[in-house]
Amino acid sequence: MSEDRIIKLEHLSKKFQIKGTEVTAVDQVDLEVGRGEIFGIIGFSGAGKSTLVRCINLLERPTEGAVYFDDTDLMSVGQAELKKIRQKMGMIFQQFNLLEQRNVIDNVCYPLEIAGVKKAERLERARELLKIVDLSEKEKAYPSRLSGGQKQRVAIARALATNPEVLLCDEATSALDPITTKSILELLKKINQDYGVTIIVITHEMKVAERICDRIAVMSEGKVVECGAVKEIFLNPKSDTARRLILSDDQIDESGQGRKVLRIAFDGQSSFEPFISSMTVHTGIMINILGANTENIGGKAYGQMLIEAPKEEASLQKIKEFLTEKGIYFEEGGKSA
Amino acid sequence: MTQELWELLGKGILETLYMVLVSSAVAYVIGIPLGVLVFVTDTGGICRNRAVNFIFGGIINLVRSVPFLILLVAILPFTRLVVGTTIGSTATIVPLVAAAAPYVARMVESSLKEVDHGVVEAAQAMGSSNFQIIYKVLLPEAKPSLVVGATISLATILGYSAMAGFVGGGGLGAIATNYGYYRYDSETMLITVLLLVLIVQLFQEVGLRLVNHIDKRIK
Ligand SMILES: Nc1ncnc2c1ncn2[C@@H]1O[C@H](COP(=O)(O)OP(=O)(O)OP(=O)(O)O)[C@@H](O)[C@H]1O
Ligand SMILES: [Mg+2]
Repeated sequence: MSEDRIIKLEHLSKKFQIKGTEVTAVDQVDLEVGRGEIFGIIGFSGAGKSTLVRCINLLERPTEGAVYFDDTDLMSVGQAELKKIRQKMGMIFQQFNLLEQRNVIDNVCYPLEIAGVKKAERLERARELLKIVDLSEKEKAYPSRLSGGQKQRVAIARALATNPEVLLCDEATSALDPITTKSILELLKKINQDYGVTIIVITHEMKVAERICDRIAVMSEGKVVECGAVKEIFLNPKSDTARRLILSDDQIDESGQGRKVLRIAFDGQSSFEPFISSMTVHTGIMINILGANTENIGGKAYGQMLIEAPKEEASLQKIKEFLTEKGIYFEEGGKSA
Repeated sequence: MTQELWELLGKGILETLYMVLVSSAVAYVIGIPLGVLVFVTDTGGICRNRAVNFIFGGIINLVRSVPFLILLVAILPFTRLVVGTTIGSTATIVPLVAAAAPYVARMVESSLKEVDHGVVEAAQAMGSSNFQIIYKVLLPEAKPSLVVGATISLATILGYSAMAGFVGGGGLGAIATNYGYYRYDSETMLITVLLLVLIVQLFQEVGLRLVNHIDKRIK
């Protein structure tokens, strides 16, 4: 396993001093990211995700702990070495951060320029990358003329220019609409599969993590409260944060009023619609759906649903039996089962 | 109006342009590095350095707070040392540069502040050195704003140069002073003032056109 990991964080902490008070943005985090995996860091706003990811390429210097890239202890290398290492770690941002006064191809050329690659070679590589992100025809366009999705594609091409081994994505899709988000996530997945780039995805959306991550770490108040395979956590969240992330906040409020709630997780066993109707038919009980966060992929349902459980024990039993029979995962009590 | 007067005004225009353009050029040669220096050493800058920032920021503020005419008089010995005289347009360039360089430095600094910090961060994440960030990111990204700043600086320096005319400088300011102030020839003074206004307008016009041309964010 150890030769398979590319990044390792050891007891990593980052504290900020703001006007005399100390804020612990990252608190004693231990993480290992395997080579070639898509690793998610998920948490609510202010959890410390950005700070954590910025510690990985030392944009933020940890106050405590160590960061290893391969076997190099980043805290111990000099500036020159650090620059070389940063060229092996691409990064993309929520706000794209393109150079506004450079056109698309010159943006992609930038990292090659500073890496000292010759002009002809730079252009060739940049064109190759624009092809990968499907933006060849926008070569001469300036960022202000591009849509958000196109800007992020340019940013991805730019981040990949120096053939990095790792790509850090800080809320890369948070400024994009759902359809564009989907296409960017597909692109990231493709890059991971075709080029073996390890990807670290920061997000506050469980949907994003579910779609592309192999493993995730759930963060809350600077700590990693849960870490594991995305499917595992999705189906069986152990931390309150993970639970709340899986269901969006408003859904939990709706269910929080002392009602008995069943949480049902779909993992592609059956499709959503027939499931509801057949449950109603089989049990003879009208189901009150409190909230759902599901998606149909190829006729299969993935996601979460909260239903109001019947008060009578017999009806509840019927529903549980039905779910068990269908092999669908469920859990009682929405907030803290 | 006489042929003689027109020749005088023509010479005045050329002198004014000479003083303003040369001193602006020198002021920028000093002001750009100075502005960059205070920007990057400031809190949140890419190479934060309290001491350097304090010293250079202090010098800028000090010179900026001295009224131009006083500055001009105060550095007369230095001017004589550099140019050999304290009268005429070439001699005026020295105090103009002294007053304009810190002004330009602040203009440059404020243009650099407009550059989105995220872009700088992205450049750092790609492994740029501080020097590369300055000349490949900060200055190019701030270019349109720098040009706007330059047109404002030019107008300010033009104003200084006219003031210098009062105490022996050349150019249109000297003509306005000699004719308007000492000889009560308000017509000639009015003409020189109009010419000064026209030159400012010209700078503005050229500057704004240039900005529209180079700024890739609009259009
Ligand atoms: N440069 C800084 N100076 C001071 N405090 C900071 C700084 N950066 C982050 N923090 C603080 O650290 C905590 C974590 O911030 P961080 O940006 O890492 O959270 P996040 O999980 O990325 O949130 P979001 O989803 O909103 O981006 C917050 O309380 C924030 O105020
Ligand atoms: Mg963040």
